[in-house]
Amino acid sequence: MTDTSTRPDRTDAPAPPPPPGSPRPTGSWWSRQDLTRGFWVKTVLVALVDALGVYGILAAGALGQWGIVAFLVVALVVVNVVYFSKRMLPAKYLVPGLIFLLVYQVFVVLYTGFTAFTNYGDGHNSTQADAVEAILVQNEVRLPDSPTYPLTVVVNGDELGFAVVDGEGDAELGTAEEPLEPVDATLENGRVASVDGWETLQFAQVLERQDEIFALRVPISDDPNDGSVRTPDGSTGYVYVSTMEWDEAAGTITNTTTGQVYTADEEQGAFVASDGSQLGTGWKVFVGFDNFTRVFTDSTLAGPFVGVLLWTFAFAILSVVLTFGLGLFMAIVLNHPKVRGRKIYRSLLIVPYAFPAFLTALVWQGMLNRDFGFVNATLLGGASIPWLTDPWLAKISVLVVNLWLGFPYMFLICTGALQSIPNEIYEAGKIDGAKPLRLFRSLTMPLLLVSTAPLLISSFAFNFNNFNVVYLLTEGGPDDLSAPVDVGATDILITFVYRLAFGGVNRQYGLACAVSILIFLIVASISAATFSKTRALEDLH
Amino acid sequence: MRRSIPVVAATLGLALTLAACSGSSGETTDDASESSAANAGTLTVWVDDTRSGPVKEVATAFEEEKGVTVKLVQKDFGDIRDDFISQAPTGQGPDVIVGAHDWLGKLVQNGVVAPIELGDKAEDFLPVSTQAMSYEGTLYGLPYSVENIALVKNKDLVPDATPTTFDELVAQAKATGTQYSVLIQQDEKTGDPYHMYPLQTSFGAPVFGTDADGAYDAAQLAMDSDGGRAFAAYVAKLGAEGVLNTSLSGDVAKEAFINGQAPYMITGPWNVGDFVSAGINVGIEKVPSAGGQPSQPFVGVQGFFISAKSKNALLANEFVVNYLGTKDVQLAMYEAGGRAPALQSALDEIGDDAIVGGFAEVGKDGVPMPSIPAMDTVWADWGATEVALVNQQGDPAALWDQMTASISGKIAAS
Repeated sequence: MTDTSTRPDRTDAPAPPPPPGSPRPTGSWWSRQDLTRGFWVKTVLVALVDALGVYGILAAGALGQWGIVAFLVVALVVVNVVYFSKRMLPAKYLVPGLIFLLVYQVFVVLYTGFTAFTNYGDGHNSTQADAVEAILVQNEVRLPDSPTYPLTVVVNGDELGFAVVDGEGDAELGTAEEPLEPVDATLENGRVASVDGWETLQFAQVLERQDEIFALRVPISDDPNDGSVRTPDGSTGYVYVSTMEWDEAAGTITNTTTGQVYTADEEQGAFVASDGSQLGTGWKVFVGFDNFTRVFTDSTLAGPFVGVLLWTFAFAILSVVLTFGLGLFMAIVLNHPKVRGRKIYRSLLIVPYAFPAFLTALVWQGMLNRDFGFVNATLLGGASIPWLTDPWLAKISVLVVNLWLGFPYMFLICTGALQSIPNEIYEAGKIDGAKPLRLFRSLTMPLLLVSTAPLLISSFAFNFNNFNVVYLLTEGGPDDLSAPVDVGATDILITFVYRLAFGGVNRQYGLACAVSILIFLIVASISAATFSKTRALEDLH
Repeated sequence: MRRSIPVVAATLGLALTLAACSGSSGETTDDASESSAANAGTLTVWVDDTRSGPVKEVATAFEEEKGVTVKLVQKDFGDIRDDFISQAPTGQGPDVIVGAHDWLGKLVQNGVVAPIELGDKAEDFLPVSTQAMSYEGTLYGLPYSVENIALVKNKDLVPDATPTTFDELVAQAKATGTQYSVLIQQDEKTGDPYHMYPLQTSFGAPVFGTDADGAYDAAQLAMDSDGGRAFAAYVAKLGAEGVLNTSLSGDVAKEAFINGQAPYMITGPWNVGDFVSAGINVGIEKVPSAGGQPSQPFVGVQGFFISAKSKNALLANEFVVNYLGTKDVQLAMYEAGGRAPALQSALDEIGDDAIVGGFAEVGKDGVPMPSIPAMDTVWADWGATEVALVNQQGDPAALWDQMTASISGKIAAS
């Protein structure tokens, strides 16, 4: 009560120090700050963030990553405005979370969506310019049986030239424009040391202009088909001929030995000849909904897709049901006041949850080995049951291992939920003459589901994409050898996509992104539908 | 005045931003001019942990002699290929990477690797190593080590000479009365076609045929042949006899050999060090032929690749060709990593090392593991089918035909 009575005094009286947030008529920005410890801590923290941000801006700017620079600048301004302002209290709490959400969620989601509409993958890795460059470089071959020239890089004004010693020991000099011509030069150790009118470049000087020197081609004669000298290391020259010619205006690459013309096809992102053959290196283009339609129209994919989808549902639903069932059972048993040593049991039950899932999966993989695994060799007295290599047993093994991994979590949440159910309603139930089973069905379960149903849905969504357990335990196998694509008995959608996208001839990031989006749509719609159902449960309250 | 707080803050922020911007642009130009000097002398090299030691020594010598900087970035070997493919196009990738020759197909297809020219030095390397480092007739990498599997013999268990056929080998091994005869490691799910390959080639059934230039041709699936089906039947036979067992993982097989439970094991040099330290008197031999033709293991070649996007192409070439390609370096890398060098003169120098020499001798008859992208589709079906064969899960020829049909279909679809 004293509290409320003092409050009016405070706001009316100009008693120092005034409470934060109260209006003051005058003073500079600085004088209006409360120079408390909190202010200094805040200043130091924001300064650190600013320093980090400015460093990031400089680093990104040096690499020419202007998108990152712009984002960092905006983020820094927002952070400073929010934390040095007297208002925007909610923003002070939200800003860090929002920034991380942008970086780790929104950006990733957008990028996945963007990639799903491209053909990004092996052979479509970069831009058309890069592809052209790669094709030209790959098809510039050394003239067979041509000599190796000891080479010296020389310069006259701004013009670079190569001075080489030919097979007869005579010096020759040429530039990009002028083919090699004999020249008077001083030789040392079989290479040109100096030429009149030209300056000889030392290794350090060569390095300074290495881009130009690496790109320099000195023709060996007036006929370009004879080839040209280039140097990969600045001290040796070789004669190269190019078999591919790039015509930028026409957008074609011509193979000069066969005469085959490859035209840039912007729809496929590749150079295609009239006979349908393609050059190996292409570039990234937008392909619209191709990746999405492929999943349903490509007969090699559509067949296994249905089977995999069904098993994915079976796996996700069974995983949730089994883990929840076992977890609930354990929780009820250990919730009974007459059970002794409950704390020890409860701690022990958390153990599977405390180990990293991938480690557990790998250990189980070893334990389920047919001939040397612990399960067969020790527990079953030397049986040779193919736990991981028989299609049905492998399915069961995956479910069992997932049960082992998942039930402690369910045990935890059920224990918590059980303890929050007031004892009075059970007493009321007993007075009404209900038997234990009836109490469980009509009181415990509905009250338990109110708090656990959302977690069961999230557990379903998690298991729908439970890559770790399946991949580490069986790698999706045993494989169906008669299927046209790599698919196994325990493959769920996400492992199937992984194998599809990364296991074949070419990794197909675009396709993988498209199927991930499809998986997201499935999981999201199921979750949304079930969430709306669970509202009915809440009406109980 | 109170209204002005956000304004002040915004102004301050703007000022900060402008300062940052001007700072950054100033810095950038500085950096740019500096970087063309500094960059011209800074070579970024990606290596894995086993290679970083010897490469560092070479790099230090190179730095001193040329007055440049070599920045070594240590990465997990398994990540180098894919990280390189995704980073090279951005211009932020390394100048040089260490890698395995069977990455080449992907590297070339994605246009991230530049050809190199060894000139007359090419003849100094083992032919199989330069052949492996070539793709469609162009050399892309400097080979530094050659690796292959061979038959490792426990000479204390079998003092007699190794027979010339695999059947006799199994009979001789069984006669010693040990628990296992010839150990060939397998994986329960994915088999191990790599360790089975010497047997397969002895039936004249390599994975791919070769074209006129000797390069592997994805269109010729040479496994789809009578030799391949005969091999399938032989694998099923070995499985029925218990010589092959899909539960015999690499670890189990290695331990069994160390415990003297088998006189022979088909394995690589990476395990032999442990055999020797366990006191086993080992001998390295060719895998005897099972099908009448020579048995040829896959040869894996490791080496250095130069990025097609390198801004220091000249320096990278100088470092890779003229430094890493020398005998001293190849010897240093051998001493650090224990892999047989790819340079003939370096190999001659260590010829008295019976184990490395023995593996190298077997490797001379080997074939490079195909580096064409189509090879990636082969492994899954190949291994799973061999598992089915060992476990007697169907008619061998039918299983084999199903496998080759499936692989051809996947290659055609790509």
